[in-house]
Amino acid sequence: IWKTRVDKISAEVLTLTYGTLVAQLCRDLTLPNTASQTDYLAVNAELDRMGYAIGLRLIEDFLAKSQNTGHCSNFREVAEVISKVGFKMFLNVVPEVRGWQGPPAGEEGAGGPVAFSLVLEENPLAEFVELPDDGRAQDELWYSNVLCGVLRGALEMVQMQVEARFTSDVLRGHESTEMRVTLVRYLQDELPADDD
Amino acid sequence: EKRKEGGGKAETGSVMTSIGFPVMGEGVREGVLARLDGMGYRVGQGLAERFTLNTPRPTNPLEAIKFICKDLWLLVFRKQIDNLKTNHRGIFVLTDTRFQPISRMSIDRRAGPKAAEEAMARAVTYLYFPCGVIRGALMGLGVEATVEASASELPIATFQIKTKGAKP
Repeated sequence: IWKTRVDKISAEVLTLTYGTLVAQLCRDLTLPNTASQTDYLAVNAELDRMGYAIGLRLIEDFLAKSQNTGHCSNFREVAEVISKVGFKMFLNVVPEVRGWQGPPAGEEGAGGPVAFSLVLEENPLAEFVELPDDGRAQDELWYSNVLCGVLRGALEMVQMQVEARFTSDVLRGHESTEMRVTLVRYLQDELPADDD
Repeated sequence: EKRKEGGGKAETGSVMTSIGFPVMGEGVREGVLARLDGMGYRVGQGLAERFTLNTPRPTNPLEAIKFICKDLWLLVFRKQIDNLKTNHRGIFVLTDTRFQPISRMSIDRRAGPKAAEEAMARAVTYLYFPCGVIRGALMGLGVEATVEASASELPIATFQIKTKGAKP
């Protein structure tokens, strides 16, 4: 799809580094008045925030490397490009787009929620990972939550405000790893709120 | 450590760097750097374990260091270490003349020596994780060591490794 040389790093380096990062967050973000009880909701939020910061910058790299892709004319195409170009480019996997919801392609202005799911058959971030066995992580931690933030940040830079969250994860014992991406609105060119 | 963080938040205040990040207080900075080093350690240990599975265990520190310079560096930074010096008494100095994490950093030359100093200080932040990686990988290979890094000139990074019991 793209012609330029792609710099690759070993999947193990990524997996280990990400795993270490999550583990560190789990150690650092604890529930109030406890020393060792992880606040998993805080970890999810922090991963999402980190991902958002990554996404804001990553979109630039994405656009530079995917020059032949062209514009997406509707959200359905956005989903396809995220999966087949974006995920392929950065994680070398192609999640399946499923669970499409919304008006037919091209008539998204008509209202009603527009959303799709990305089903990750393989998840390089979560290779050889086991969640902590504390009875809570299985229900509260979204291990790969950084990906939600990345999508949110990246799409915001191309005028799409979305909400992204995991709905299932094989690490929690679910059958699949699935993210739900919902379009909130198309952004108009406007000044950021805190920019005087 | 927790207390440091708490104190750090108050320190941070509203001072921003020129590119819009809050300036870290000393306590926060120390905590951040210690964490980066610690995370590197774990990554290094894991990588050493995984990528020396089918090779015989190194019999001396030099062999372990060679693994770092060649295989590990290639794995993590996509190139090999350019220069390895040793005093043959337990101290090793690794030089990467184009260290990937700092290879695209620049110095505002018009701003004089102060800018160079600031750029170095910025670059140094990126050396804690690799230091940890080296330390962790060596530990995984049975070599206990301390590692210190410096960037005297962008984009060159040097890592000084002192194995346990080293003599200057």
